[in-house]
Amino acid sequence: MSGSTELKFVRSQFSDALPPPMRISGILHWARENLFSSVFNTILTLLILYGLFQIIPGMIDRLIIDAVWTANSSKDCNPEVLGKTVGVCWGFVNAHWGYFIFGQYPQPLRWRPELFFALEAVGLVWLLAPSIPRKDWAMIYFFIIFPVVGFILLHGSPALGLPIVQTHFWGGFLVSIVIGTVGIVISVPVGILLALGRRSRMPVARTASVVIIEFIRGVPLITVLFMANVMFPLFVPEGWRPDPLLRVLVGVALFFSAYMAETVRGGLQAIPRGQYEAAQALGLSYWQMMVKIILPQALKIVIPGIVNNFIGLLKDTTLVAIVNIFDFLKVIEAALNNPVWRLSQMPFAGYLFAAIVYFILCYGMARYSMSVEKRLAIDHRH
Amino acid sequence: MAAEASLNLKPAKLTHENAIEIKGMNKWFGAFHVLRDIDLTIKRGERVVVCGPSGSGKSTLIRCINRLEEHQKGSIIVDGTELTADVKKIDEIRRDVGMVFQHFNLFPHLTILENLTLAPIWVKKLPKKEAEDIAMHYLRRVKIPEQAQKFPGQLSGGQQQRVAIARSLCMSPKIMLFDEPTSALDPEMVKEVLDTMVSLAEDGMTMICVTHEMGFARQVANRVIFMDLGQIVEANVPDEFFKNPQHERTKLFLSQILH
Repeated sequence: MSGSTELKFVRSQFSDALPPPMRISGILHWARENLFSSVFNTILTLLILYGLFQIIPGMIDRLIIDAVWTANSSKDCNPEVLGKTVGVCWGFVNAHWGYFIFGQYPQPLRWRPELFFALEAVGLVWLLAPSIPRKDWAMIYFFIIFPVVGFILLHGSPALGLPIVQTHFWGGFLVSIVIGTVGIVISVPVGILLALGRRSRMPVARTASVVIIEFIRGVPLITVLFMANVMFPLFVPEGWRPDPLLRVLVGVALFFSAYMAETVRGGLQAIPRGQYEAAQALGLSYWQMMVKIILPQALKIVIPGIVNNFIGLLKDTTLVAIVNIFDFLKVIEAALNNPVWRLSQMPFAGYLFAAIVYFILCYGMARYSMSVEKRLAIDHRH
Repeated sequence: MAAEASLNLKPAKLTHENAIEIKGMNKWFGAFHVLRDIDLTIKRGERVVVCGPSGSGKSTLIRCINRLEEHQKGSIIVDGTELTADVKKIDEIRRDVGMVFQHFNLFPHLTILENLTLAPIWVKKLPKKEAEDIAMHYLRRVKIPEQAQKFPGQLSGGQQQRVAIARSLCMSPKIMLFDEPTSALDPEMVKEVLDTMVSLAEDGMTMICVTHEMGFARQVANRVIFMDLGQIVEANVPDEFFKNPQHERTKLFLSQILH
């Protein structure tokens, strides 16, 4: 080949593409890259390893080896009674399992909430698993059929031979899931409508959306719950007393609709004007443009924000306890206050169980949203 | 092809002699007077090239024709229908007027085929199968049928612009507007897009093109319009326009872009 110092050069042959040079790989390479890449990193790695070494054996002892798995009262977990070290009293959770999941829901009727959970699981898997077809039916099932059937199952219907179970018997994980599901099912469509309204050119729609969003965002959820529970009955006619759980559901749904609206608005603003113009130039109507062109792109952008809202919603369901609804955390507390189970170590078991359950739900949602983002990124690279 | 013979691909006919009639049209962006006293009549089958310096209002002018921009004074009549705030009439006109944008504006979340069939299915209510047959016909016409299942982001700029042209054609428009269709393209891809436009012109499509491709103007235009400061400065047949520009501003502009 001719040297680059010469002024004249004509390539006689294009070079072939070659595979990249062999990379150093394997565990040793990974460790060197990630753990021992510099003196400072090496020191950090060693310090952390030392710390983990100090903590983990003790944790395993408390959580598993010394733990008590079955118990009938606090005596079975009391180190003074047993005369040995006692770890976490999982027996407490074990003994209250039904109560934690269903609250005061009557024992013989618990097949109904169980079926409710199963129906919800079917809907979620159908809706969320990419490999299962007919997402349009899945939407109809989850957003229309399941809420109706679910309500009839839980609340009952004498016409169908299902005795009525008043909502103050509902409790535990069941009530948390009901509030979370209703919040999600309502806040997504309402939030989208509010976001579109806020960006609308029609003054009435815009002003109404702004007022609703800003008013609801301007007050804490606790205030909304108090309003729903205490103030609301004062404004409605005597004798018309909406169910306490229903009031709370409306409050939570409205509250998160406002947040959802702002999240969706962020996505709408990220869509270039050219997308609107191309849709308009083709003669699409406003709703066709929104449903087919703008929203699919805008919602894709804000998936992390929407899932963030879902996670916040699920955790904030614990706040309903202050208006006397026995959600998952509240039933655990109630069980802890039972004198039969009173023991200084007991709260650790109860709260750890609550933490694990909430973590699994929230982390599950976060992981799912990551996988969705990855899939959509492959689907249409810009 | 047998399948194609059954398709209704006859170009829609303009019913009026004057495809577009613009009279005394004015437009402001806030306080900025962007279009001033525009009078322009475009006949059926005519091919007009609009040129001028940036900011002269040429893009705004053609965007007024399908109401992507609203004019404040004067009138615009498209094939006998006057553009007013009446949404029904706007939709009617948009169905008949195709538009190709500088930045293609394909829908990135849809495949090429879906980009082409969306409006025929939802606006013209065609059955999906028929819309797809029409789409494939126009994809063959712009010479990229093999890209039908890809997403816009996987195509080159020139291919995307040809898809954008095909997308408009799927609505069988009576008039086509081109807003600097080659300005965002790499030099090697300009020709493939211009070739598509030339073949469209040869079929007798009524076209208005905002472009700086003077070779294209010479080859296909019936008339070249030069705009500056929101006004039409000069209009003439291409030969005369390039050989013998009258206005000083036109001469200056041509001396800048023709080397």
